[in-house]
Amino acid sequence: MSENKPLKKVCIICAKGSIEDVYATLVMGNGAVMEGIEAKLFFTFFGLDAITKKTMNNLHTGTVGNPAMRMPGGLPFPTLLGILPGIEAGVSAMMRSQMEKLDIPPVDEFLDMITAGGGEIYACKLAVDMFKLKKEDFTDHVKDIITIGEFYGMCGGEGTQIIFT
Amino acid sequence: MAQKTYSGKTLEVTNEGYLVNQADWSKEVAADMAKEIGMELTPKHYEVLEYLRKENATGIPLTIRKVGKSGIVDIKGLYDLFPGGPLKFSSKLAGIPKPVSCV
Repeated sequence: MSENKPLKKVCIICAKGSIEDVYATLVMGNGAVMEGIEAKLFFTFFGLDAITKKTMNNLHTGTVGNPAMRMPGGLPFPTLLGILPGIEAGVSAMMRSQMEKLDIPPVDEFLDMITAGGGEIYACKLAVDMFKLKKEDFTDHVKDIITIGEFYGMCGGEGTQIIFT
Repeated sequence: MAQKTYSGKTLEVTNEGYLVNQADWSKEVAADMAKEIGMELTPKHYEVLEYLRKENATGIPLTIRKVGKSGIVDIKGLYDLFPGGPLKFSSKLAGIPKPVSCV
């Protein structure tokens, strides 16, 4: 089936601001443009952290309420440990450094790579208004602040998929 | 496995068209492979191909990010040279295996 109807465009919506949610979006977006697939990324709600200058390169992962969280070595990570000050920041810094070792770039550089390949980055107008953010709060990678209706308008065409991370 | 004729020689290629034996590679082979996907190679293309062959020999998986930092070409430039498959097409034309990294 993939031979007959190749994927031509992915429209990816990112509504969360944790490392894993944002990187899922970025890896899929970059992976698409590297394969010659058009990519449009729409950031909304807490996902806006990934394109906000102040927060984008310091994203965190949740250390509380995350049953898949493990200590180095694989032992379970006690939730009570996760609530201690500095733990979330430390775990997040460790995750970022592990990714760096695999040549996975920081968020701003990842956005450089995606836009260099023709990928487009959008911010959700509703969420921008809600969080009282302005155009200048966002990285220059952001092409526009648009409504979900306008985003859907870009998601037409055969071989297009909408992905919600 | 499949076979293809490049530069007058019959060469072993994978089902996706990557050279099986990296030693079969030559500039002429690369030029013939490029023609197949409708590309004409320039000296800049060859510079990238030589870099990829050299990096691949080190055994560390190639990423588009690494190529972008090579000093030979930036990522935008790599997309311009190999449209639709910056790492995939360049690896194929460099006669090295299909990239295994997600970035």
